[in-house]
Amino acid sequence: MAVIAQALGDRPKAPWGIRLAALAGILFLHLPLALIILYAFSAEDKSYVFPPPALTLKWFPLAFDRPDIWAAIGLSVRVALIATALAIVFGTLAAAAIYRSSFFGREAVSLLLILPIALPGIVTGIALRAAFNIAEIPFSFWTIVVGHATFCIVVVYNNAIARLRRTGSSQIEASMDLGANAFQTFRHVVLPNLATALLAGGMLAFALSFDEVIVTTFTAGQQTTLPIWMLTELVRPRQRPITNVVAVFVIAVTFLPILAAYYLTRDTHEVHGSGK
Amino acid sequence: MTAQTIAVPPPARASGAGALQRLSTWLYRHPRLALAILLAPPLAWLGIVYLGSLLALLAQSFFYLDGFTGLIVREFTLRTYAELFTGSNLDIILRTTVMATVVTLACALIGFPIAYYMARYAGPRLKPLMYLGVMLPLWSSYLVRVYSWKLILAKEGIVTWIFAKLHLLWLLDAILSIPVIGGPSLSTAYLGTFLVFVYIWLPYMILPIEAAIERVPRSVIEASADLGAPPRSTFRHVVLPLAIPGVVAGSIFTFSLTLGDYIIPGIIGSSRPFIGQAVYSHQGTAGNIPLAAALSVVPIVIIAIYLRIAKRLGAFDAL
Repeated sequence: MAVIAQALGDRPKAPWGIRLAALAGILFLHLPLALIILYAFSAEDKSYVFPPPALTLKWFPLAFDRPDIWAAIGLSVRVALIATALAIVFGTLAAAAIYRSSFFGREAVSLLLILPIALPGIVTGIALRAAFNIAEIPFSFWTIVVGHATFCIVVVYNNAIARLRRTGSSQIEASMDLGANAFQTFRHVVLPNLATALLAGGMLAFALSFDEVIVTTFTAGQQTTLPIWMLTELVRPRQRPITNVVAVFVIAVTFLPILAAYYLTRDTHEVHGSGK
Repeated sequence: MTAQTIAVPPPARASGAGALQRLSTWLYRHPRLALAILLAPPLAWLGIVYLGSLLALLAQSFFYLDGFTGLIVREFTLRTYAELFTGSNLDIILRTTVMATVVTLACALIGFPIAYYMARYAGPRLKPLMYLGVMLPLWSSYLVRVYSWKLILAKEGIVTWIFAKLHLLWLLDAILSIPVIGGPSLSTAYLGTFLVFVYIWLPYMILPIEAAIERVPRSVIEASADLGAPPRSTFRHVVLPLAIPGVVAGSIFTFSLTLGDYIIPGIIGSSRPFIGQAVYSHQGTAGNIPLAAALSVVPIVIIAIYLRIAKRLGAFDAL
């Protein structure tokens, strides 16, 4: 109904006050990022002076030649890839189990899935750290992965369960009635239906993991992921221009998968409200 | 599990497929077991890794740090919790809760018009764009977005420049000289911390409100107009009450995220600590893990209370 009404053009016109407030709000959300991009080209390297005295491209090759930054990027990408893979496996399994069966404790299980992002990151972080200490597990690459995978599961789960609910079970039943076994049904009916939702969930999980810093500070030992590298620069700025370039890089790396996830699930609005 | 009775095993094509077939049929006949097999890996992960960690944290909070030896005494005691109610710790808890409340209110005020415009007025081409415009900052570049405010609020930065161009530097100085929220510069004042918190968590408020308003049926609004209500009272008596669960849902995020954040007040703001920072420093250099654990139980308790209230207000239907 609403769609037809909109297509016919009888949408109500917004009062100018609301229009202005909405525009101001959107600008508020995005101007700071635009400013970061501007600063990446600023010739000034000792302060955050505005307007930049001159514009230059020289910081980009300088940042490109930094082995420590490449090492941090490499570590972040590896962590994000493995955490995402784990999240896809666990999230899909949980969604498949929960979406149409009712069992004792179903509510508790979905609460457990959401808890790692519902509680503040610092709680998750310090809890994991306490557990690693008690179990005498030394901090390593894998302790970071464990932390990231834990809060990424729900992202995949949300996307997968939304898609499963929408698809319904009639196709699965039809496939079984026609003689396919559970594995064939999964391979030829469920998976093709689920693929874009899983891809979208995976991309969001990747973006989430790639710039996660709060849990990481608790679960990393001497490891420096890209956000941790940035955090030390934020606390004590020593190489402002390089940090600006890295910031632009992070914006690009996290925006692209989110855009892709959005277009993959655009028709279904599955990502709606699936906040972190 | 409706089609259980008509599971007729089809003819097996090869012996390998036959084994799979038998396994599949067997799983089909034991749906509880199939469910258990599906649930076991994610539950094992979250149950052992996550719940286990939370319990370990909880256990630590009942130990205490011996002030003389600097060692953690592993016996049950409530003295660490008692420490929470001493002067400086109580200040930290109060400061953080007040900040979370103010940030939540500001996010609701700024977020509502955006959500309202998105849901009611934005056309089919504008709406997806606005949606992306809110969603991108929600999912990405947390640290970069905090960093951007270091540039904006710096003494030599764009805010000062704008005030100078408008010949309003006296106004900026007046704002900064307000006790408590002011400070030497915006980047070292509570006001700065507040701005950054609002900026970072705003998308979390907009999306649930937008979803809630979107769910208000057009017919209800038309009915209100047909019955003679001017737009203002339709908004006041129809749209607003139906949007409130969305606001509450959004406030869960903004409130809880502000309570637990320790990065933002560490980078922008005065040196007086928030809960997150206190937790971080107690578990790090001070080595007082019991106190850190007890402190991190505080936001959990506050959020649990908050969730109870939110549930009464119907926020969970709007998530």
